[in-house]
Amino acid sequence: MLGFLRRPLVVTADINLNLVALTGLGLLSRLWQLTYPRAVVFDEVYYGQYISFYMKRIFFLDDSGPPFGHMLLALGGYLGGFDGNFLWNRIGAEYSSNVPVWSLRLLPALAGALSVPMAYQIVLELHFSHCTAMGAALLMLIENALITQSRLVLLESLLIFFNLLAVLSYLKFFNSQTHSPFSLRWWLWLVMTGVSCSCAVGIKYMGIFTYFLVLGVAAVHAWHLIGDQTLSNVCVFCHLLARAVALLVVPVVLYLLFFYVHLMLLYRSGPHDQVMSSAFQASLEGGLARITQGQPLEVAFGSQVTLRNVFGKPLPCWLHSHQNTYPMIYENGRGSSHQQQVTCYPFKDINNWWIVKDPRRHQLEVNNPPRPVRHGDIVQLVHGMTTRLLNTHDVAAPLSPHSQEVSCYIDYNISMPAQNLWKLDIVNRESDRDTWKTILSEVRFVHVNTSVVLKLSGAHLPDWGFRQLEIVGEKQSRGHHESMVWNVEEHRYGKSQEQEERELELHLPTQVDISRNLSFMARFSELQWKMLTLKSEDSEHKYSSTPLEWVTLDTNIAYWLHPKTSAQIHLLGNIVIWASASLATVTYSLLFLWYLLCRRRRVCHLPEDAWSRWVMAGALCTGGWASNYLPFFLMERTLFLYHYLPALTFQILLLPVVLQHVSDHLCRSRLQRTVFSTLVVAWYSSACHVSTMLLPLTYGDRSLSPGELRALRLKDSWDILIRKH
Amino acid sequence: MLYASGRFIAARAATTFPTPPKGRGPALRGKRRELHIPGHLESPSCDALAGQRTRPSAPLAGRVILKRGRMPPAIGGGLAGSELRPRKGRCGSQAARARGRDVVPEAATRSPKRPARSSPQLEAASRWATLAVVTFLAFATRFHQLDQPPHICWDETHFGKMGSYYINRTFFFDVHPPLGKMLIGLAGYLSGYDGTFLFQKPGDKYEHHSYMGMRGFCAFLGSWLIPFAYLIVLDLSKSFPAALLSAALLTFDTGCLTLSQYILLDPILMFFIMAAMLSMVKYNSCADRPFSAPWWFWLSLTGISLAGALGVKFVGLFIILQVGLNTISDLWHLFGDLSLSLVTVGKHLTARILCLIVLPLLLYVTIFAVHIMVLNKSGPGDGFFSSAFQARLSGNSLHNASIPEHLAYGSVITVKNLRMAIGYLHSHRHLYPEGIGARQQQVTTYLHKDYNNLWIIKKHNTNSDPIDPSVPVEFVRHGDIIRLEHKETSRNLHSHYHEAPLTRKHYQVTGYGINGTGDSNDFWRIEVVNRKLGNRIKVLRSRIRLIHLVTGCVLGSSGKILPKWGWEQLEVTCTPYLKETANSIWNVEDHINPKLPNISLDVLQPSFPEILLESHMVMIRGNNGLKPKDNEFTSKPWHWPINYQGLRFSGANDTDFRVYLLGNPVVWWLNLVSIALYLLLGSTLAIVMQRGVQLPAELEGLTQVLLRGGGQLLLGWMLHYFPFFLMGRILYFHHYFPAMLFSSMLTGILWDTLLRLCAWGLASSPLASSIHSVGILSLLLGTAYSFYLFHPLAYGMVGPLAQEPESPMSGLRWLESWDF
Repeated sequence: MLGFLRRPLVVTADINLNLVALTGLGLLSRLWQLTYPRAVVFDEVYYGQYISFYMKRIFFLDDSGPPFGHMLLALGGYLGGFDGNFLWNRIGAEYSSNVPVWSLRLLPALAGALSVPMAYQIVLELHFSHCTAMGAALLMLIENALITQSRLVLLESLLIFFNLLAVLSYLKFFNSQTHSPFSLRWWLWLVMTGVSCSCAVGIKYMGIFTYFLVLGVAAVHAWHLIGDQTLSNVCVFCHLLARAVALLVVPVVLYLLFFYVHLMLLYRSGPHDQVMSSAFQASLEGGLARITQGQPLEVAFGSQVTLRNVFGKPLPCWLHSHQNTYPMIYENGRGSSHQQQVTCYPFKDINNWWIVKDPRRHQLEVNNPPRPVRHGDIVQLVHGMTTRLLNTHDVAAPLSPHSQEVSCYIDYNISMPAQNLWKLDIVNRESDRDTWKTILSEVRFVHVNTSVVLKLSGAHLPDWGFRQLEIVGEKQSRGHHESMVWNVEEHRYGKSQEQEERELELHLPTQVDISRNLSFMARFSELQWKMLTLKSEDSEHKYSSTPLEWVTLDTNIAYWLHPKTSAQIHLLGNIVIWASASLATVTYSLLFLWYLLCRRRRVCHLPEDAWSRWVMAGALCTGGWASNYLPFFLMERTLFLYHYLPALTFQILLLPVVLQHVSDHLCRSRLQRTVFSTLVVAWYSSACHVSTMLLPLTYGDRSLSPGELRALRLKDSWDILIRKH
Repeated sequence: MLYASGRFIAARAATTFPTPPKGRGPALRGKRRELHIPGHLESPSCDALAGQRTRPSAPLAGRVILKRGRMPPAIGGGLAGSELRPRKGRCGSQAARARGRDVVPEAATRSPKRPARSSPQLEAASRWATLAVVTFLAFATRFHQLDQPPHICWDETHFGKMGSYYINRTFFFDVHPPLGKMLIGLAGYLSGYDGTFLFQKPGDKYEHHSYMGMRGFCAFLGSWLIPFAYLIVLDLSKSFPAALLSAALLTFDTGCLTLSQYILLDPILMFFIMAAMLSMVKYNSCADRPFSAPWWFWLSLTGISLAGALGVKFVGLFIILQVGLNTISDLWHLFGDLSLSLVTVGKHLTARILCLIVLPLLLYVTIFAVHIMVLNKSGPGDGFFSSAFQARLSGNSLHNASIPEHLAYGSVITVKNLRMAIGYLHSHRHLYPEGIGARQQQVTTYLHKDYNNLWIIKKHNTNSDPIDPSVPVEFVRHGDIIRLEHKETSRNLHSHYHEAPLTRKHYQVTGYGINGTGDSNDFWRIEVVNRKLGNRIKVLRSRIRLIHLVTGCVLGSSGKILPKWGWEQLEVTCTPYLKETANSIWNVEDHINPKLPNISLDVLQPSFPEILLESHMVMIRGNNGLKPKDNEFTSKPWHWPINYQGLRFSGANDTDFRVYLLGNPVVWWLNLVSIALYLLLGSTLAIVMQRGVQLPAELEGLTQVLLRGGGQLLLGWMLHYFPFFLMGRILYFHHYFPAMLFSSMLTGILWDTLLRLCAWGLASSPLASSIHSVGILSLLLGTAYSFYLFHPLAYGMVGPLAQEPESPMSGLRWLESWDF
């Protein structure tokens, strides 16, 4: 029983001092003077806003990436006790005392610091020597661009951290595959791979490149596994299943979880509400929820409603009409019906109210009990303030001549009879007897006589239409489009019988209480869809650059300039490292091709294990670089130098690997090897030298004279700010 | 069984000798042939093409091969495949298995459906007869009612018009390369069309104009798709039913039929794509006789077809990619074959470079040369091109023109943006609308020549009349401060700190002032790129920038299209970012100054490579410019394979003659199901093989056909379909048709293989013998019947729309989104 007492309790600690030292150095380089400058630096102005929104629990929509990264940054703010009260309006603004700068910047800095020992581990796991691994880590340590990017409230260092973690975990998993499959360690690293991939994607969509890379490598390994005939079929199946769960299911679930937490945290309405659908807005506290709280659910004959276009492009807007008529003759000489204008108006207005009327009766108030409107019912829509009926006829619309004009009918007593019957078509109905519901139902109005559909054309009317948006009747045969779909946003049961009474009633807020909840999946899919499709206007930026300029570091970004002195922070890489890393990539590719051809002709003398190491390192490092870099050539958005940093880290990992390979396999004599090592040392010292030279621009802690600044301008294309005194 | 024993030796040689014997013994032949295509015994038509040539070395082998060639699941095929796979050291065991199997010929007799064992001659005759029938049917369906409707349908208005431009030799601009339109023009010319029809808008009657030549030409090329598909599938699968099924799917597809019947680029494009695919497949099956005449023939034909495909539309790049991938894998196998010397491999490489790169490139350049030579008159496309380019077009104001060389104050000029397809600096009497910057006169860029493009250069500080002969000529020099006065409206080019209408971070550019009197915001510094201070500014050749004096911004065009209020011309802004891009560099094109001597412009003529480069830049920009707007219905790539919505070719109302481009839903949905089935079956079989399961010989043969032949077709489908998801330009349903051809061929192979697998699985039951033939027959009849149902879509219909219950087509409106 008490057998364990017979032996002394021994704790054996196995501490890799290299690793400890690297971690220490990493922390030192990233955390040193972290609160300096105590001012908004570059994109902090952008992420800071979102941190404030999190602190105040206000809903926002950012199309730049999924919410996990923003949430991590906000976590820093939360831990530092930030109340969110800071106006993030311009770069260089001094932080007020309530902003916990240190804790806001801590997480990115930690991630940046830990990337250093992680680089060491990755190279080790690729089965290269300690010396090589140290080389990779030291390069990461002194790379100025990585230091700058980690020390600020920015997402790249977090992304790089999770990218590297994903690769490292996969390597650890793969290496334990041969001797101990299904062990605890095996499972740990496998799940860790999936988790960190998901985190990377959750921080920026860019993370998906690394995820695909890991998936690709895992698929190749799985294919080898299938071909391994020493394993039983069941065993192979278990292996595949484990991988599928860890690398496909776990990331998806985690990704959903990020959104779940995001939506849990942000429950208050805010400035970005307008972009979302009414149903989504109604699920937020304040804003639309406050207005719609207590609205009756089912639209009945006599209901007073506002109708919002579901597509909401170019602007979210409501069906609107006003006293003014279409001009008799348009600018281009075409004529109109000269009837009352019907438009779509992007602001709340009393003229957005419509009354749903039963064509067979005259009354405009709701019966008791209310008669709900169902799918397929014929209705008339009465404009609340002018009591005219929504009408369309075979007259060309003002700006879209192939569609029909929509108007509110004025009886001019000419040969233009009223055509004001509309058939209600509930698009998202569950059955054909569905009732029309406030907010939830998405409906189309199909004109009875001409079977056109009420549609937002997207065009702005000229001055005579007050630059509101054009509404047209579009032929159904042109297909279904979201701009034809409407939903009721505000709704009340009309009670008044007289027009004047009704006008007063329209001004009143709505009543009764029904709470509406949208399921998480519905909210998630809407938010995700909006994030992916929201077109941010492509803004030009002074420091934007093209992918081609990155490899050679032809560009930089000025992040911050001291308000008085010439101390400044730049995103500037160590040019020696960048150049040699690119050179290493080229060398690797050429050597790889050469070995491949040689092996095909069976004349290669590279040992088998060296070859497989070489391939694995290339697949992950060169593959990582290529997959994080090349897709940018296809992107049409504004790009910046910092987009290259994830690719750069992979390149930096490759650099010492190539060096070791050259020294091991290409230097034939001892002498050559000695000479090569000397060269490497010289090269590394020069990299260190450049790094220290650029240090003032990395930390921005020292004001330099114009002469010194000019000396730092190693490339003509660099934009270093020199004050004119 | 001479052949079999030859293989036997080969197999043993591979296992026992590390390097196979040099020389061209039977063993080597057997091995070389395995290296390429699996089921690939011998292509009968390849032989046929070589003129039924008898090979003196092994006449007997030839016959045996021919006999086996028609049985896809034959042992030979399976064997070849299994030895072929260059995978991790399992070749030994495979070869051993192969040896065991080779002596079991009865396996072949168990195969379900076998054509009658008749003599090879009869066999060949029946093959030719089937091909003839297939071709005849294709032509018959395509040429039936070709003249209907006798009015312009859909894009005929573009391509017919462009054909006319060739006949009239007027220069035009289109986003596609010229070959397709040139061929249409040629066809029209040969058939007596005189190029006088205006092709204004769809629905216009042709009347006396001869249009049948052009339609007939397109239908002729479109008809060849079917025999091509037949031959491709026959070659890939060696299965006659599979080929027949593919051909039937395409013959009876209403979409392919409609698309082939009108003056469009698509039949021409598809013709070249299929021709390239066919010749690639043929040349693959000639791989055992490298450098023979048929081998060279098919290889160079591949190159020629590639040039043709690319010459019609840039979509031709996808088939180039496919041939490229095939060639790389081919070379990779050759390179790994240690029995071939490096010199031989080098010869192979050179042959491919010559035939697949150099030859198509030459042809492609030739097409452009012809295009540029033929179109030598000024026409509607001039403004898209640079000033130097226009100087070669007769009728253009720059042709044989002579204008003053150096810019002087008082000159009347037009200023053209250096970026292709941006146009001239332009202004007109309309103001920017309320809310968009200051309400001053609009300044835009405009692609066409117009009086409103004229500007007068004036000194910034004086307003002296430059025409006054007493004032001496003063040249404008680099670095001068100038004012540009719009000639028609006498307003100055002006900028100020208001945001530009579309590009928010730039400043607005307006026309300001009355009769040339404005304010200091009208002053611009004129600079020549890469030039020193004080130099004169040359017309056309000097690349100039205009820098706004007060704000320091640079005049440029963002290339964005203004909304209706700006007449959809392009936005002009003043950009505060001083990066040097073509958008902010201009040149002076027209130059009028009576006080200066004129020089001739002939020196400016661009060289041919420059013309080539420029036309490509303009085409690419044109393609990128075709962007869909919000709130507009656009066809999405995911709509296509499910046949979600068609395209109206002609007519919309119930009294019109209506033609509706829509795939035959039976064919298309069968294709869709087949792709899913193929992926399922293919991956299962691939995994089974990777697990090292020993398949029976017959299955092994089927597997090879499915994975190799089917794989090539699947690749073709993916290459012709998936890139569209990445394209930002506006897309149409008809873009899917090249992919659809591949998917129909895949369907043929899949169902043939699937039915054979079923038959094999049910070998014990009495059903087995007939399941294959019954299955194929019902598929053939099913598609034929569906064609009978849907043929009015293609051949035209009059009467009530299908929504109306009384329409004969109402029962056929299976999806709500079809509106015929």
